[in-house]
Amino acid sequence: MSVRADANPLLDVKGLTHRYGGQIGCEDVSFTLFPGEVLGVVGESGSGKTTLLKCISGLLPPSSGSVRFDTRVDGLRDIYAMSEPERRMLMRTDWGIVFQNPRDGLRMNVSAGANVGERLMAVGARHYGEIRGAAVDWLEKVEMDLARIDHLPATFSGGMQQRLQIARNLVTQPRLVFMDEPTSSLDVSVQARLLDLIRGLVSQLGIACVVVTHDLGVVRLLSHRLMVMRGGRVVEHGLTDQVLDDPQHPYTQLLVSSILPV
Amino acid sequence: MMNSETRANPFETLAGYNFAYLDEQTKRMIRRATLKAVAIPGYQVPFGSREMPLPYGWGTGGIQVTASIIGMDDTLKVIDQGADDTTNAVNIRRFFAKTAGVATTDKTGEASIIQTRHRIPEEPLRADQIIVYQVPQPEPLRFIEPRETETRKMHALAEYGIMHVGLYEEIAHYGRITQGYNYPVQVDDRYVMAPSPIPKFDNPKMDRMPALQLFGAGREKRIYAVPPHTKVKSLDFDDHPFTIESWDRPCALCGSQESYLDEVITDDKGSRLFVCSDSDYCRTRRDAGHEGTGLPVPPEPDTTATAKPGERS
Repeated sequence: MSVRADANPLLDVKGLTHRYGGQIGCEDVSFTLFPGEVLGVVGESGSGKTTLLKCISGLLPPSSGSVRFDTRVDGLRDIYAMSEPERRMLMRTDWGIVFQNPRDGLRMNVSAGANVGERLMAVGARHYGEIRGAAVDWLEKVEMDLARIDHLPATFSGGMQQRLQIARNLVTQPRLVFMDEPTSSLDVSVQARLLDLIRGLVSQLGIACVVVTHDLGVVRLLSHRLMVMRGGRVVEHGLTDQVLDDPQHPYTQLLVSSILPV
Repeated sequence: MMNSETRANPFETLAGYNFAYLDEQTKRMIRRATLKAVAIPGYQVPFGSREMPLPYGWGTGGIQVTASIIGMDDTLKVIDQGADDTTNAVNIRRFFAKTAGVATTDKTGEASIIQTRHRIPEEPLRADQIIVYQVPQPEPLRFIEPRETETRKMHALAEYGIMHVGLYEEIAHYGRITQGYNYPVQVDDRYVMAPSPIPKFDNPKMDRMPALQLFGAGREKRIYAVPPHTKVKSLDFDDHPFTIESWDRPCALCGSQESYLDEVITDDKGSRLFVCSDSDYCRTRRDAGHEGTGLPVPPEPDTTATAKPGERS
């Protein structure tokens, strides 16, 4: 991996707070993400991980704070100050979102090939042969059986659906991918292969990632830096190995010691 | 007019009903929606669709549009699948003859308003004519995006990549674009529009048509329009361009090689007759001396009979 410390940040989050009425979703979260860097966000259920991910991926406007993204043309811009067409354009070109449930991220009623090609067609590709070629290329990259390119995602296993979701997101060569519990609905052997795949693609393509998960194994494998959340607040933040090997906050210590030994 | 049915006396229209069935306020409301539709080519304008004395799916949208634009001096033609003598066409024509007392005709050239279901007449339309389409499903994006809130946003932002996903699917599965009717079009390089279930054969006729084209969807409560001389482009891929249907034989009655042909089964052996779907066009040609073979096409050899029992073809 290569994270250049002198590079401009890709994503800059400052004082992000979201409240559901009086209820705290996440409170005063700040971090920066650099190109090619993978940030893990861990915490128990209800700790605000998903709220944070929704806020920084443009799906949920925060109550206060700013989310700025380094756009290709204009540099750092607040994503919620953009017009809706601009934000939607960003979401289907420079960003990718991999959902926990592949049904949220895939079109279940069109074939695998069309799922991968959709983003290309959305940005104006109008040559069937080229779209098809890109679909084949990406299905190969995520190690899917090409014989199934014209099958519906509903006929795929959970692991294959998740691979398809990744291919669909990466086809426009995004610079930033958000992942919400990408492996938690899969069994362990499939999880391991998928993690291996994600790790390979992310380092190969230099994509920056925000990975939200409750699985410390996933962040240990994937992320460079780690944020631990509890009750909507970030309680610990540091390099992944450092946080996992030498947890400072009592909650992180509890979390690390709660991993079941095999 | 020579071929028009006799014009009813306006005073002999159905007692107790306003001219053309709908009350004046309703017609005004529909005309306002229609004007907006003409001003924004291809955009679906919501309107307060009324209950009509016939079921949804029988042309309630088209009838309301026709009722709101028809005047005493108009001559109405109504076609269904290209023919003037089908149940739907006969009854809608009779409806307006009774409620508006207007002249009706089955000659395309003589009509000032043509209400249609499933076809555009073969004879090119003129600038002084209006064609009204009956539309069952006005939303071209719905088959792939069922949420109305989302499809409206997609129209507003011109996010139409998804339409090509549908075409991609057809090529991936069948090797070509198989959509044969209601083939999606883009109007004036902006709104993607469902052209109603006309065969794609008729799509090129919509492009820069001199006549005003109005579309009424009664159940879905939408009106949209293509103003005269407006660009209408059928969606396609660079390497799979839009094509129209073609036949390897002419019309059996009038010998036309340019018109859209219907396949008519003539016996229980599978003999078929290919004839023009536009009955007025076919008759006009025959009156002018054109003649087809009049012969049905013999049945295709039964390939399934030669297969051994239990064998799959």
